[in-house]
Amino acid sequence: MTTEEKVDYSHIPPAIGCSNDGEPIIQVRNIRKWYQVNKALPFIGRIDWLKAVDDVSFDVTPGKTIGLVGESGCGKTTTAKMVLGLEEPSTDGEVPIGQIYFQGEDVKTLSSAGRKEMRRSVQAVFQDPWSSLNPRMRVSTIIAEPLEINTTMTKKERDTRAGDLLGEVGLNPYQGNLYPHEFSGGQRQRIGIARALALNPKLIVLDEPVSALDVSIRAQIMNLLVDLQEEHNLAYILIAHNLATVRYMCHATAVMYLGVVQEYGDTEAIFANPTHLYTNALISAALPSHPDIVRDEIVLPGEVVSPVNPPAGDVFMSRTPLEVRKNHKYTKERPPLKEIGKDHYVVETPWSTVTGHDLSEFHLSVDQEM
Amino acid sequence: MVKKAASKTTKEPTAKKSLDTDRFGPSTITDEVVLEVKNLQTNFTTKWGTVKACDGISYSVRRGETLGIVGESGSGKSVTALSIMRLIQSPPGDIVGGEVILNGRDILQISESQMTSVRGGEISMILQDPMQALNPVFDINDQVGEAIGIHQKVKGKTRWEKVVDALRKVRIPAAETRAKDYPHQLSGGMRQRVVGAIGISSNPDVIIADEPTTSLDVTIQAAYLRLLKQIQSETGAAIIFITHDFGIVAKMCDRVAVMYAGRIVEMADVREIFNNPLHEYTKALIGSVPKLEEKTGRLPQIEGQPPLLYDLPPGDSFAPRSPLKYDEKDALIRPELIEAKPNHFVQLSRCSVKDFDKYKDKVSYG
Repeated sequence: MTTEEKVDYSHIPPAIGCSNDGEPIIQVRNIRKWYQVNKALPFIGRIDWLKAVDDVSFDVTPGKTIGLVGESGCGKTTTAKMVLGLEEPSTDGEVPIGQIYFQGEDVKTLSSAGRKEMRRSVQAVFQDPWSSLNPRMRVSTIIAEPLEINTTMTKKERDTRAGDLLGEVGLNPYQGNLYPHEFSGGQRQRIGIARALALNPKLIVLDEPVSALDVSIRAQIMNLLVDLQEEHNLAYILIAHNLATVRYMCHATAVMYLGVVQEYGDTEAIFANPTHLYTNALISAALPSHPDIVRDEIVLPGEVVSPVNPPAGDVFMSRTPLEVRKNHKYTKERPPLKEIGKDHYVVETPWSTVTGHDLSEFHLSVDQEM
Repeated sequence: MVKKAASKTTKEPTAKKSLDTDRFGPSTITDEVVLEVKNLQTNFTTKWGTVKACDGISYSVRRGETLGIVGESGSGKSVTALSIMRLIQSPPGDIVGGEVILNGRDILQISESQMTSVRGGEISMILQDPMQALNPVFDINDQVGEAIGIHQKVKGKTRWEKVVDALRKVRIPAAETRAKDYPHQLSGGMRQRVVGAIGISSNPDVIIADEPTTSLDVTIQAAYLRLLKQIQSETGAAIIFITHDFGIVAKMCDRVAVMYAGRIVEMADVREIFNNPLHEYTKALIGSVPKLEEKTGRLPQIEGQPPLLYDLPPGDSFAPRSPLKYDEKDALIRPELIEAKPNHFVQLSRCSVKDFDKYKDKVSYG
């Protein structure tokens, strides 16, 4: 499929908070990733499932960044891996639970040419620039490797392209002859970005691209990513746990807890009016940018629950400081995202939102919290 | 040379107190200086030549105070801490000059066996990576107990009680059962608490925390920082907090020293640093962090890379990255740390301080 053709989105199932305007590159619909932890014995014993990702839907549109936020173990990386095709969404027997669509086509049924195009169009930049570059390869070879595999370019053309890419990410073309160890962390991350750009992708998955870097270098890399996005109309999926980075870079944000999206929508809508208790807890725990900013910390009781056999109903229920009324309708089934404002969706249950509650009742002292 | 850091700072007690009460309870700072570092110099001999990783560092901390040491990797902040603990491996490292005065005596001069009782006793360190700081084949009781056994000379049941007590102090739930666990059975936050328990088990006067929260999630990080403050208010320990994150500084520290290329470029009270930074590096570090509180436009960024310590620019090592316009000959002058305002120290250089002319009469050169 070429990009000039009009993509048909009519067969894609609707999902809350997603629309086909903006011609999404990737559409994720109700994907799940369940890992089987043990084998069930016949008749006795039960299968334990580690539900890393459970029913996640979002759209990725050109020129926009979507941020996946949450604590470790919330499934944000697994979600990104499925988009990259490194993990396959779980199936129920033969039938996949949930689909990923690439330019309107289910990736499961893509032709081999379509699959190749998807591989070219979706690239990744990883967290650790020390382990994501092969120390035995020259930088120009690292950058040109995707070209060697995916295009018919000659060696000379590839080297020229590698030099151009180095220039684009703010390095000198002659530095292509050096090895990764001769670069600092920020420069290596630039090399990683150049490699991701080599095939003119439409979407780059950024897995914590700046968290391993020095603070003074982070701004350089974030600005570079923003510039490249404007220049090439790139889409990004940004995985981060630093909310300030998310607010700076992302157009849309999905806050995840235990494999489930708890709050989703326009980044500014979420930060202007964070509604889910978990989002509020994350924001209140974030570090201030000035000593005079003192946030009242909302401390959720307990720790993140194990994702093995999570509760059937609302996964967040066990963390809420509010009293849970028994026999509520969401104790058995998963509560859906609900629209609460323009481009702002939240899992709304009596115990998961801050609406109508005095926040100060959640502020617990150090001793109570442990 | 570097002027001695003031041991008494003037604070607006009312404003500060009300704010700190919101955060972590009333301020714990006293006037008693526990640790004073004077002109500390540590060199490393490498194949590229001698590297001055810590080049004339001077600061002091008072009981109950938290001093933040901020800088990029390679700025010498950890080497300074390791030099204070006398944990620099020799060769290649060498503490070539300076004094570290802890409770009135220079611990660089005492014998190694005396140092063993000081280290972990009067002064202790909480390391960055809890998985590497803990030995996977010993249980928590062994590892916390080892420190307690050495410093408090106790054995058997008394030691066990003290271990449980230390674990309770860092608020590990079910301390008795947890003490029998091995490191892999604990979550990252709990492991970091165990490392903290080892650090505080002997009621040290000074705790050096070397980026103890970088590997933790935001909520766990917030809980850990609160815990450190709580321990400080209980024991009155001075904390030296090494970090590269100005967010942690804003949340935790009373005073800040910003390091660049092995030297302190600016040192002042935390609010003074955030409100009136003088050095361009400090300004850039504070400005280049995206803010959670508001949607920011394009981030200002520091150009260039941190310098290589074996190949430092002569004179003002920040000059090549400074956004200011300057004469080449000014960059060759090695700047001094001067007290520009009361208790506000800055490494005064025409290349990296905008208001140079305002303070130039305080320097001995033109």
